[in-house]
Amino acid sequence: MLDLSDYGTSDFLQILKRRHPELLATVNASDGAANAPVTEASFRHYEATTVLAVVYNAGVVMAGDRQATEGYQVGERRIQKVYPVDRHSAIAVAGAAGPCIEMAKLFQVEIEFYEKTEGVSLSLEGQANFLSHLVRSNLGLALQGLIVLPLFAGYDLKRQRGRIFKYDAIGGRYEENDYYAIGSGGKDARTTLKKRYTPEIDRQRALEIVAEAIWDAADEDIATGGPDLIRKIFPTLYTVTEEGVAEVPETAVEELYRELISRL
Amino acid sequence: MSTPYYVSPEQIRQDKEDFVSRGIAQAKEVVVLEYRDGLLMVAENPRKTTFKISEIYDRIALAAAGRIAEYEILRVAGIRESEVKGFRYYREDVTAKWLTNLYSQHMGAVAQAWDAKPLEIELLVCELGVADAPVNSGLQNNQIYHIAFDGIYSEEEKYAVIGGRATTITEILEQRYTDGLEMSAALQLVTETFRTIEADATDDYEINPQTIEVACLEQTAERRKFRRLSTDEVTTLLDF
Repeated sequence: MLDLSDYGTSDFLQILKRRHPELLATVNASDGAANAPVTEASFRHYEATTVLAVVYNAGVVMAGDRQATEGYQVGERRIQKVYPVDRHSAIAVAGAAGPCIEMAKLFQVEIEFYEKTEGVSLSLEGQANFLSHLVRSNLGLALQGLIVLPLFAGYDLKRQRGRIFKYDAIGGRYEENDYYAIGSGGKDARTTLKKRYTPEIDRQRALEIVAEAIWDAADEDIATGGPDLIRKIFPTLYTVTEEGVAEVPETAVEELYRELISRL
Repeated sequence: MSTPYYVSPEQIRQDKEDFVSRGIAQAKEVVVLEYRDGLLMVAENPRKTTFKISEIYDRIALAAAGRIAEYEILRVAGIRESEVKGFRYYREDVTAKWLTNLYSQHMGAVAQAWDAKPLEIELLVCELGVADAPVNSGLQNNQIYHIAFDGIYSEEEKYAVIGGRATTITEILEQRYTDGLEMSAALQLVTETFRTIEADATDDYEINPQTIEVACLEQTAERRKFRRLSTDEVTTLLDF
C-alpha cells in the first residue's frame, strides 16, 4: 500500500531511517556495536585504498586504483572506488570496502532522489554538506576501525569550475583547490601531485599526472594496485566537466601507462 | 431519529464516476507512443515547471491527466517506493507492473472509501523495455499501463492516450500510427493530432513548441532513460 505520509521530504536517508531502518545497518552503527569488544577476527574485511582528484582547466579528474586488500593479502583486483553521483559530480571512497560501497550507493540514491522529487539538482556544495552528514553517521563503525572516508569532486555549474571536498572521520568537510588524495597510498600520490601539479593544466596533462600519482602510490604502498598489464586491469579515471561525468576509456588509460612506463 | 437511507452500491459507484469524468473531461491530453528508439510522451501543457510527465526511475516514467496536485503526491510516492525497492534489492527489480499495482491499490482504496473524494486523475505508467524480448527471459518489451481513477488498469500496446478527448485522439492514432517512426515523425504525428482536435475546440489553444510538453524514454541513454526535451529541441524536431 502506498504510504503518502512522507510527501514533504526530499531526503531519502530520512525516509530510510523512519521507515526502513534495517537497510541502514552499515552506515548507521548502533550504540551497542560501539561498546562491543573488538577482536581481529570479528573485523576481517576488505580495505579499499588509494583515490584522488585533480582540478584542471575544464573541470576535475577523479581516479582510484582497483585493489582491495585483506590484511597482507590481495582481496579483490577489480574493485570500483569511483562512482558517478549525478551529471556533475562523482564520489571516491577509501576505507572498509563494504561500508564504503554502501555509502557511495546511498549517497548516489539520495542525490538522485532529491533531483527527481524537487525537479532541480542539489547544488554541489549542498551535496558536499550532505556527504559530511553521512560520514558522521558512520562514526560508530569508525571508532571500531571500520573507517569510511570519501573524496568528493564535481563541476560547480554556478561557479564554472571543478571543486574537490575531503572529509575526516567525524564528518569534517574541507575544500581543496588543486588536488587531493586519500587512502593508504594517498600520501604517496599527493607527493607526486605536489611536484607535478600546475594551475590551469589541460585534460591530457591532468590524466598523465593522475596516472603517475597512482603508479607512485602503488610503488610505495603495498595495499595500492598499479596497472596490471597482464590481466588488463587499469585504474579507473573519470572526468567531470560542464558536459557531465565521463569515464576515461580503458584503452586510453592503458595508453597513459604504456607511455609512462616507456619514460621510466 | 432520522430514518437510515439506502443507496445501492451501483449508484454510489456511478455517482463517483460521473463526478470524476466531469473533471477529466476538461483535462488536457497526454499521448504516449512507441517510436524507433523508445517511448515518446507528449502533453498539451503551456507551463514551464509544472509537468504532467515525469521521471520515476531508470526506465519508468509517469504521465497524468487531471488535477496536478493529486498527481504530484502520487509521483513523489512512486519515486520514493521505487528508490527504496531498488536500494533494498537491485535497480532492475523495479518494474512498471509493480508500480502500477501500487498506484492501482491506492486509487482503488480512495475511490471506494465512503468519506473520501475519488482522485480526479488518470495515469499512464510507462516502462522502456527491449525490442523483441524473448519469452520467459525476464526481459520485457515496452509497457504502457493506463490506470483509471478507481484503480482499474489496462495494458496498452504501441500507444495510449489519457484526458478529456482521449477517445477521439485514439481513433485518429488508430488510422495514422505506424511502427518504427523516427522521433521527429512521431512528434509530428502527435502535434498534428492535437491540432486536429483543437480545430474543433472552442478555446483556441494553439499547438506550438511553447504549448506542449515533450519527454522520452530512449534506448540510447545510459542508466537513466528519461529525458525532457527543451523547447529548442522540440522546434527543431517539428521543422525536420
